[in-house]
Parts: sequence; structure tokens; C-alpha cells
Amino acid sequence: MVPAAPTDYHPVVLDRPGLQALIDVLVTDGRRVIGPTVRDGAVVYDEITQIGELPAGWADDQGPGRYRLRRRDDDLLFGYAVGPDSWKRFLFPPVSTTWQAEVSRDGVEVAPPAEVPRYAFLGVRACELAAIAVQDRVLVQTNYPDRDYAARRGEALFIAVNCSSPATTCFCPSMGSGPRVGSGHDLALTEIPDAAGSRFLVEIGSERGAAVAARLATRDAAPADREAAAAVWSGAAAAIGRALPADGLKDVLLHNLEHPRWDTVAARCLACANCTMVCPTCFCADFREAGSLSPDHAEQHRTWASCFAVDHSQLHGGSMRWTTRSRYRQWMTHKLATWFDQFGTSGCVGCGRCIAWCPVGIDITEEVSAIRATDGLTRLPAGATP
Amino acid sequence: MVLALPADVRAADAMVPVPYRVVGRAQETGDTVTLSLEPVEQPIATPAPGQFNMLYAFGVGEVPISISGIDAGHRVRHTVRAVGAVSQALCAAEAGAMVGVRGPFGTDWGVDSAAGGDVIVIAGGIGLAPLRPVVHELLHNRRRFRRVTVLVGARSPEEIVFRGEVASWQASARITVRTTVDYATAAWKGEVGVVPTLIERVTIDPEVTTVMICGPEVMLRFTAAEVLGRGVAAERVRVSMERNVQCGVGRCGHCQLGPVLICLNGPVFPWSRVGPLVARREL
Repeated sequence: MVPAAPTDYHPVVLDRPGLQALIDVLVTDGRRVIGPTVRDGAVVYDEITQIGELPAGWADDQGPGRYRLRRRDDDLLFGYAVGPDSWKRFLFPPVSTTWQAEVSRDGVEVAPPAEVPRYAFLGVRACELAAIAVQDRVLVQTNYPDRDYAARRGEALFIAVNCSSPATTCFCPSMGSGPRVGSGHDLALTEIPDAAGSRFLVEIGSERGAAVAARLATRDAAPADREAAAAVWSGAAAAIGRALPADGLKDVLLHNLEHPRWDTVAARCLACANCTMVCPTCFCADFREAGSLSPDHAEQHRTWASCFAVDHSQLHGGSMRWTTRSRYRQWMTHKLATWFDQFGTSGCVGCGRCIAWCPVGIDITEEVSAIRATDGLTRLPAGATP
Repeated sequence: MVLALPADVRAADAMVPVPYRVVGRAQETGDTVTLSLEPVEQPIATPAPGQFNMLYAFGVGEVPISISGIDAGHRVRHTVRAVGAVSQALCAAEAGAMVGVRGPFGTDWGVDSAAGGDVIVIAGGIGLAPLRPVVHELLHNRRRFRRVTVLVGARSPEEIVFRGEVASWQASARITVRTTVDYATAAWKGEVGVVPTLIERVTIDPEVTTVMICGPEVMLRFTAAEVLGRGVAAERVRVSMERNVQCGVGRCGHCQLGPVLICLNGPVFPWSRVGPLVARREL
């Protein structure tokens, strides 16, 4: 990771035509610009070339088991929180080829790895930058880095947009990951409502970001711009009501592995895996042979997997976690506790997607609170062997 | 944002199998085969006893298999029990066939750290496979160790792997070998009963004894309990664990056991580390 924004860069201001010019510059540079757009009643991330494709005037109402788009009173382009997509879809695609080879009697010819797309991500939230930093720890900062992820990640340009309208499901301050962008960005935009719809305060986070900004028609930020941006930041922070207190969390969970709350939540949990699919840090994957009709061609695919699947822990002889109780416990304790043992960081960034996209509205913050409130309760008689 | 990449990220991907050829095939039991493999071109790094490789049957898939032999000339042996599509394909591989190998991965038994003391090797069924290179090392450097005991259990006499070799270890009298089966036949000369019952007949000097165990998880638990009951410290009791391993390099998430990843932090663990984890149901 590079250090946070060098202090010798001053914020500049970009108007809406300037935002289009930014996209044009990135496209000219051969980048695929991925940004938010509305599809099927949700804000999703997809390739865009025009600011007209952005979700102008849309907000997202979210709650446990609930996500609805709603028209805003204004015309903000980034006036939503987060949708079901995360940038994981592009850096760690749902299905990707690990390797492919032509096989003959004499040997194996492994094809060179495919070229990766050069992405520019527009509209990255602070919690999402934090999630990417978590995936970096898991997939790159190891003795066995994931070559495909590292290549995609290394090429990508990150244009963050500070959150102005967090959802009720958001709890990034508890996880220390937002709502304001602090590091990991090349450019960080703050959308300021005005008579023309909006303008953007642009903070520069890297030399690459500075080089892009230098090619745009910007003006230096005036005190009024900075004050307006600061109001957006403080407004977002003040709008977040949900919390997941992190103090002692790991120990609380690991000392309550036989807590009756796991049974309560398992009675609701459908083990549908939605929470793991929308999670921006979940990395579990199947590495499987891709079927081929040719006897000479072999290829392996990496596909998103979920610890909620009964076969996730399958061994000859059966699954190691055959109850939903144990699979929910695995998911939550991994996210909030054992992730630290494995990767030196939390696996949760507080984006709230798992709450909104759970079909039965299970809320990770509520589950933790319930265990904390009855710390030490156990479903087993004292002294029984689990 | 710029990502600081490890220097070797552009190097050979740990996910790409290295071509090996089957140069020998021995039927161990009704469903278990030992394959001898030699590299077609470049070999993998030399494994240490206890480590595992990912074995790939072309067009079928890949499974983690412990290394049952580390021979001269980059030859490795794998003892495979046919229980699924991939292991069946591997067991069916004839001499001359090509398989893919990735590895070696994971922790080893740490045989060196047992030097100067007693070693007890305890195997259940195909659990003898990752311990076979340990016995070889103990025999090869016999003077570096005091008493060496090998306890072998299987469901029936026909299901003991490396039968001829176990008999030759027994005959050599350089180490103590005891065998037991759950179900005996009329010709069986060894013990009858589960593996832990053999332990009470072994002289244990707990201060200087290192124990290495591999077998089904229930056997690990009862065997470890037995040797702990004889005063051996949990740090000196090592076990080899099995979980669903799909990548071998800590990226697929399938092999988690609480805080540990079996592929990276294991498969060989001191009991002090995994004992509390395996005691927890469905962890």
C-alpha cells in the first residue's frame, strides 16, 4: 500500500462536464471504466462511458432483508450507499480460469496466463477500499499470491467517491473503514449538490491520480468548496446509526461457541449463501476441473464458494459442518474472529450488505449484541463434552 | 492505489500442476494403490516427511495426497485410496500415464527434533502413508534415536498397507513393530483391537518421547488421549490432520479448522494446537 495522500497535492474542483472528461481520459488510456448504474431495481457496477449511465437521482433504502431504490429530491449521481455488487466481481471474478493446458502423451503445454483488463473503478466507497485491502492481505500478501487477482488489482485505478447517503444497514465507523475515504484511492471525489446538479471536490491520493487530474479542466478548491465537502463528510458520519462494537469481539465470540444464540439464528438462516456472495471480502473458492469434450485440453476454474454450502467442508465420509448452526457460526466467527489469526485483520468492513441481502433479514450486528448480552450462556449442561 | 507485490508474484503460479509420469504402481489393498512418480522435466522441490502434494488426474480433477515415499532421483510415491472420482482415476493410472503434481505443501513431522529421544509412530489404516518416510528416516539414522516403536492398526489384515515392508521392519528387530486389526482372520498373528489398546504395552519415557500419529480423526483423539495419559506433553504429540483442501496454498478457504488453515499451518500439528479444535464438534 502506498502512503495516504501526499500533502503537496491540493484539492481541486471538477464540474459535471469535467466528470465526463475524466471518464473520457480513462477510456482514452485504454481503461475499462466500471461504475455504478441502475439495473433490475438495484445499483450495480458495470462498464460505463457516459455520466448519463450513472444512477442520477436514485437513493437506496436498505434494512434487514430489504433493498429498494427510491427517487431522491435532488439529482446526485452518487446519492446511494452500496448495492449488491462489490468490486470483487472484477478483481476476483465469480468464475475465472486458473490455468489451461494442452496435454499429449509426451508432455503438457501450459498456456501463458491471459491478459487482464485494465480497469478504472469509479465510485469506490471507503468501506470498499478497506475490503480490497483485506483481499490484498488474503490473496497477495502471502507466500502463494493469486496471480490473476494481483495482476487485475495492480493495473486498476481507484476513483473513490465519498459516501453522502449511508444506509441504515451501514456500520463502517465500528470497523474503522469509513465513511470518509482515507487511503487506498488514486482520486477521492466528494459530490457537492449545487444548482447544476452537483460538482466534485477532488482529493488526490497518488501520483497516478495526480497525473490523471492534471489532464482535466479543474480549478483550485475555494474555502466554500471545502466547507461544503466537509458538510457532506460529517453528514454521512452522523447518518450512521448502526454499530458493531469491536472491543474484545474476537474473545467474546470464541468463548461462546456453544451459545444457544447459534441455534436461534440457525432456525432462521436458510443457508442460502447470499451473505457470502455479496460480501466484498469473502474469498472462499472452489478450484475445479472445467469439463472439456477434448481429451487433449485441460483447464481449471476458480469459482466463488460459500461456507454455507454443506459440501464446503466435505471429506470422504461426510461434511464436517452438517448443521446450519455450525455453518453460520463458521461464517461469523471467521469474519470477526479467526480472520485475525489467519490474515492479521478483520474480515468485516461494515458495509452492511449481508444484512440487506439476507432473505430473512439476519443482522450480524444484532447477533453479536445478543451473544454479548448473554456472554457465557451455553446450550450444554455444565461440564459436558461438546 | 498501487499494490506492493511480493517479488515472486510473476513467478510460476503455485496453482499450475507440474507433469509427472507414473513409473511404478503397486496394489496395496483392495482399494489402495501406491504410485511411483518421476518428473517429465522439472521436478518439484524435495518434500519433507509429512508434507503433501496436490495430485491431478488430467481431465478429472485434483486432490491432496500425502507423500508416502521420498526416493532418489526426484521420485516421489503417493499411496491413494479410491474413494471418489479423482482418487479412482489416480488409482487406475498405469505405468507411463501422466499426472500433475503441485507441492510440496504444508508442515512436516519434524523428525530431527526427536533426535536423541524415543519415537513412537502410530498409524491407523492408510494413515501409515505419510508416516512411512518417517520410519525410513528413523531406520536410516537409527543411531540418532533411542527406542523406536511403530504401532500399526487396520480394520483387517488385508487392509494393512505396505504389508511386506511392515513385516520386514518387524523382522529386522532394529525397531519395535506391533500390529493390530479390528477383525482378525485365522492366519492373523498380531493383536486384535483398536490402535489405542496397543499403547499400554509400550514402554514410554514421557520426558524424551515424541509421538507421531496419523489415522481417522476419531483414532487421533483416542490415541492422543492415551499417550497424554502416559505423561507425554501435548507439544510432543504430533498428528496429521485431514480436511477438504482444494488449493493447498491458503486461498480456497475449505480447510479451515477454527483459526488454522490445514494446508498452510498443517497438516502436521502438535496436539497442543489442534486437540482443543478437534474436540469442538463441527468447528
